[in-house]
Amino acid sequence: MGTHSHTTYNFDERFEFAGKARTLSLAAIVIGIIAIVAGFFVEGSHRMFANLLLMGYYFTCVCAAAACFLALQYVSQAGWPTGLLRIPQAMASALPIASIVLIIITGLGLSSHNLYHHWHAEGITDPNSPHYDALVAGKSAFLNVPGFFARQIIFLGAYSIFAMALAKLSYKEDLEGSLNSYKKSFKYSAIFLVIFGFTTPIWSFDTVMSLEAHWFSTMFGWYNFAAMWVSGLCVITVTIILLKRAGHLSWVNENHLHDLGKLIFGFSIFWTYVWFAQFMLIWYANIPEETVYFYKRWEPEYKPWFWLSIIINFVAPVLILMDRDAKRKENIMLFVCILLLLGHWLDYYIMIMPGTVEEHRGFGLSEIGAALGFGGVFTFLMLNKLSKHSLAPKNHPFLEESLHHQI
Amino acid sequence: MSDTKYILGHFDHPDDLMDGIDKLQKSNISIYDVYTPMPIHGIEAKLGVPPSRLPIVAFICGITGTFAGISLLYYTLHKDWPMNIGGKPTIPMPNYVPITFELTILFCALGMVAAFYFRSHLFPGRAPRVMDLRATDDRFVIAIDAKNNTDHEKIDSLLKDAGAVEVLYNERKYVSYE
Repeated sequence: MGTHSHTTYNFDERFEFAGKARTLSLAAIVIGIIAIVAGFFVEGSHRMFANLLLMGYYFTCVCAAAACFLALQYVSQAGWPTGLLRIPQAMASALPIASIVLIIITGLGLSSHNLYHHWHAEGITDPNSPHYDALVAGKSAFLNVPGFFARQIIFLGAYSIFAMALAKLSYKEDLEGSLNSYKKSFKYSAIFLVIFGFTTPIWSFDTVMSLEAHWFSTMFGWYNFAAMWVSGLCVITVTIILLKRAGHLSWVNENHLHDLGKLIFGFSIFWTYVWFAQFMLIWYANIPEETVYFYKRWEPEYKPWFWLSIIINFVAPVLILMDRDAKRKENIMLFVCILLLLGHWLDYYIMIMPGTVEEHRGFGLSEIGAALGFGGVFTFLMLNKLSKHSLAPKNHPFLEESLHHQI
Repeated sequence: MSDTKYILGHFDHPDDLMDGIDKLQKSNISIYDVYTPMPIHGIEAKLGVPPSRLPIVAFICGITGTFAGISLLYYTLHKDWPMNIGGKPTIPMPNYVPITFELTILFCALGMVAAFYFRSHLFPGRAPRVMDLRATDDRFVIAIDAKNNTDHEKIDSLLKDAGAVEVLYNERKYVSYE
């Protein structure tokens, strides 16, 4: 040999969750809770619930995307991301808590008629009632309260179990060092991806699309999956860059960043593809029961934001990340990822708000409070988990391949 | 000796090849090219091969496709035979997108294939340019321009030092032009 230079890394390196990161995330949680409570009184429970749903959904989506990322790497037997797997593992470990929070939000919102009032109202499926709605009654075999919660609990429960199992197996691998964990992870990942792939569209139909129960689109599930996947990748990338700036993860270099950049670039285009496929078919066919969705978003309150969402989530990553070198530069990647995280917040805002607060949308205490609170909770849980284990899965069979990754 | 055009060092193992490249570069002997039966990561950077210009070709082909798509739609749907489809304007941008997109991809893909064949001289009915046939099979080959690097004995010893199993002195550049 002699031609390869081998750098030795300290894979037992740990992230210490203290100082600024801890203070800031705790401060965000405290400010968030105060703002959420204040928002309830100042701006009303209706708008506050819409924001809680937005952030609860975003939070769950990011954690679920991390679990999906993990499973995908095991199933495809990919070697390149091995050195950075601890970050999606830490994110996936927060999925059970995110799921519980989301189920509480939907439960409270549904029972207090702040959310899902288009299909959950007194006598809406009763032909003799003055509130009877034939369209909703026709969907009630699927869209009913017990079914809604059964699906939420089963789907999110299943994702959480697999997310925790995948993280736990990897932590076990650190101690035992045999191939057993890897083989089990492969099996679990394959099962998880089948469940995840078939149920996420239905889950997003329930959680977000049913806010406007008279409208439907079969594209909606994949549209939401694309948004979830891009935002999950962005969170992983931001975490890696910030950890590297703090002097950790010396084995993750610009080649790994380049691969993450390619995924973000590609799936931003995929997001646009699905977004556009949904839009164009509705625009072309021009059927009133379908166009109602875009009609609401074409009103003056939403139209500028509707277009801004496309510019941020499609035009920005395409133009900025097209160049090879841009994907390899920390600063550019950090900028694009933060931009896309804001962009997908706006994307969810455009999805949720016209179906809940309609034309009384706003940007103030409720929006900022919910975003800060949930951002703080996510950061705290994720970094806390990250600090519990070493920063690399040191006994993973593909770790060596990850170190020599070059593109 | 003066008829030798290229010196080819054959290696059995990619690590020996990398060692050979190191040794030649340390003695300031310029390497003409390296041929390997499989991709070796990091070899381009080591040899100082400039980044590929294929993305530029892809971009030019793609943009040609975009304009071809838009002009086709504009001419057929708006200028030559305007059609009223559901009361939509004849220059309706959203339905221009799929065809323009597909033509962009088509032009880009075909253009890249053509560019690849052009650059590697792979035309139908023409012998390919191969400096050593075993480089497509099991040997890792370093080619050195013998006219520019005159100290052939030194090259020979450097290659053999690095573990070359065979050193060839070729009087013709491409052996495939028989």
